[in-house]
Amino acid sequence: MNDSVSPDVMLAMHRTMVRIRAFETRVSELFLDGKLPGFVHTYIGEEAIAAGVCAALRADDYITSTHRGHGHAIAKGMGLNELMAELYGKATGVCGGYGGSMHVADFSLGMLGANGIVGGGFGIAAGAALSARYRQSSQVAVCFFGDGGINKGTFHEALNFAALHKLPAVFVCENNQYAQFTAASRTTSVDDVATRAGGYGIPGKTLDGNDALVVHQAALAAGKRARDGFGPTLLNMVTYRHGGHYVGDAEVYRERDEVETWRQRDPIPHLEAAIVAAGAAPASDLAQVTAAAQAEVARAEQFAEESPWPDDSHALANVFTEAP
Amino acid sequence: MTEKRMTFGQATVDAMGHAMREDNRVIVLGEDISWGGNFGQFRGLVDEFGHDRVIDMPISEAAIMSVAVGAAVTGLRPVASMSFVEFTLGAMDEIVNQASKFRYMFGGQVSVPLVLRASDGVLRSSGAQHSESLEGLFTHIPGLKVVAPSNSADAKGLLRAAIDDDDPVVYLENKKITAKRGPVATEDYRTPLGVAEIRRPGTDVTIVAYSVMALHAETAAEQLATEHGIAAEVVDLRSLVPLDFATVAGSVARTRHAVVAHEAWTFGGYGAEIAAQLSEELWGDLAAPVARVGARQAPIPFSPPLERAVVPQVDEIVTAVLRTLEGAS
Repeated sequence: MNDSVSPDVMLAMHRTMVRIRAFETRVSELFLDGKLPGFVHTYIGEEAIAAGVCAALRADDYITSTHRGHGHAIAKGMGLNELMAELYGKATGVCGGYGGSMHVADFSLGMLGANGIVGGGFGIAAGAALSARYRQSSQVAVCFFGDGGINKGTFHEALNFAALHKLPAVFVCENNQYAQFTAASRTTSVDDVATRAGGYGIPGKTLDGNDALVVHQAALAAGKRARDGFGPTLLNMVTYRHGGHYVGDAEVYRERDEVETWRQRDPIPHLEAAIVAAGAAPASDLAQVTAAAQAEVARAEQFAEESPWPDDSHALANVFTEAP
Repeated sequence: MTEKRMTFGQATVDAMGHAMREDNRVIVLGEDISWGGNFGQFRGLVDEFGHDRVIDMPISEAAIMSVAVGAAVTGLRPVASMSFVEFTLGAMDEIVNQASKFRYMFGGQVSVPLVLRASDGVLRSSGAQHSESLEGLFTHIPGLKVVAPSNSADAKGLLRAAIDDDDPVVYLENKKITAKRGPVATEDYRTPLGVAEIRRPGTDVTIVAYSVMALHAETAAEQLATEHGIAAEVVDLRSLVPLDFATVAGSVARTRHAVVAHEAWTFGGYGAEIAAQLSEELWGDLAAPVARVGARQAPIPFSPPLERAVVPQVDEIVTAVLRTLEGAS
């Protein structure tokens, strides 16, 4: 079925994944060097999901994101400069430095925010979907969440509501198998979280979240179903964090062998092999994409470094909407 | 101007009708609302505006609030209803972590134009989980506006202004006064947020109150006048955030005595903020410490005599005023 993904889409997804990887790799280094305030949760290893899903969306579709949100932001079109500057807390950041890593958002891209509260996006996505339907805009709202989020009460409340009203929403579980430090087997009552869709009378599918082509096709089908008025789908995308919960996590809770096994199943080489096999591009072109992404990240870093800090006289701006 | 006597609830239905007729982005969602809501605050709306705009929600408070947030940031102006203010506690993450923070945390990219309505206060032994006044939880949070009208005319005007407002507004309607009738202009109007009203002028002491306590304060002022010859000024805040401190301070500067009254717990309550600001701003003018009247520090009990022992009414305001004037220098 993978032949139905066009070469252009394959290459676009690849470029997105490589840009996310390059960005997150440099962000990890910058954090460990003490350049970034706060703390960061990187998306390394999970890139196929954001890239595959967002490639299936319209520019005006909505996404809600998580504390691990840089990948979603990049995949939805956020520039690396304003994303990096936000991580630095600079005035040129996408949220002017008010948000930081866990709160990157760009509403003009339909990116309704990374969210520091696990499970915070379920209802917001449902609300965006309700709004889209009410406005007859034919937009879809995609909620990215983790396997930790699936045990929040908001999962139940929002999926029940979205299913009841057949809202144009897609719920994408980025199942990296760990809720912070704790394995899903110790926190979740079912092995296959897609079965929970049955409780809401909606389709649920478990998929290889490290295969961008599989992710993309599932997202296209779920997006079409949502747009056509048939309601939400739960997609359980199985994947793995190459790093810890956050950069600097001592990772005492995962076996080395397990980590190594999953690193071998890296989604980027996997897609590259498919691209080469399909004749969409030669390997040398793909290496150039990686080099270009690294150069783009270096420019973003320089942009952030050289950007001004926010003016501290603006610390109380935007608590409320100013009168016009 | 034509005027009708309306209950508090009828006045808010009137405000909703005006808002929904003028702006089709206004939707309302909550429990039981197509049946009119617990206190008739939504009666008839579904007949005029249909189920697409008057949305019956499951008993899923977190979903009510988060769906409202999602709708608000994507072009609608939702009014979310919780039957009792205690039910908002099941949506506190959505209220505090999402609605109040979206504008600031995302650098001013987006406004969150929603209204959260909830019924609060004591009504005939409703018990510990249906009797509270939790405004202090909301006023403490930057990014939330909070209003608590005391009468039908303000109920209509403040709700209309809250719906117009681009920020999240918590609109608290006290259960005891929901059925109370008062004159209301039938045309569309707004009562601006952040403007207090002097309900009764006086020269000896200022009673600062809101919601049902503003009515109790007026009764107390009448009693103080006839029984003690004391002229109490009653300031009805109407809006807690933004606070019209200028009106409060102006009154207290004249009377030099202040009593702050609310049905919520005294300890850590909103009245403590008013008392503190008065102390900071008017220390030299005050003839006595600012007195507070509020509920005693216990969950609201069920049995009528116990409930009365915890929740203040007119008598407590009168006593506080007398004590304040007695202790005055």
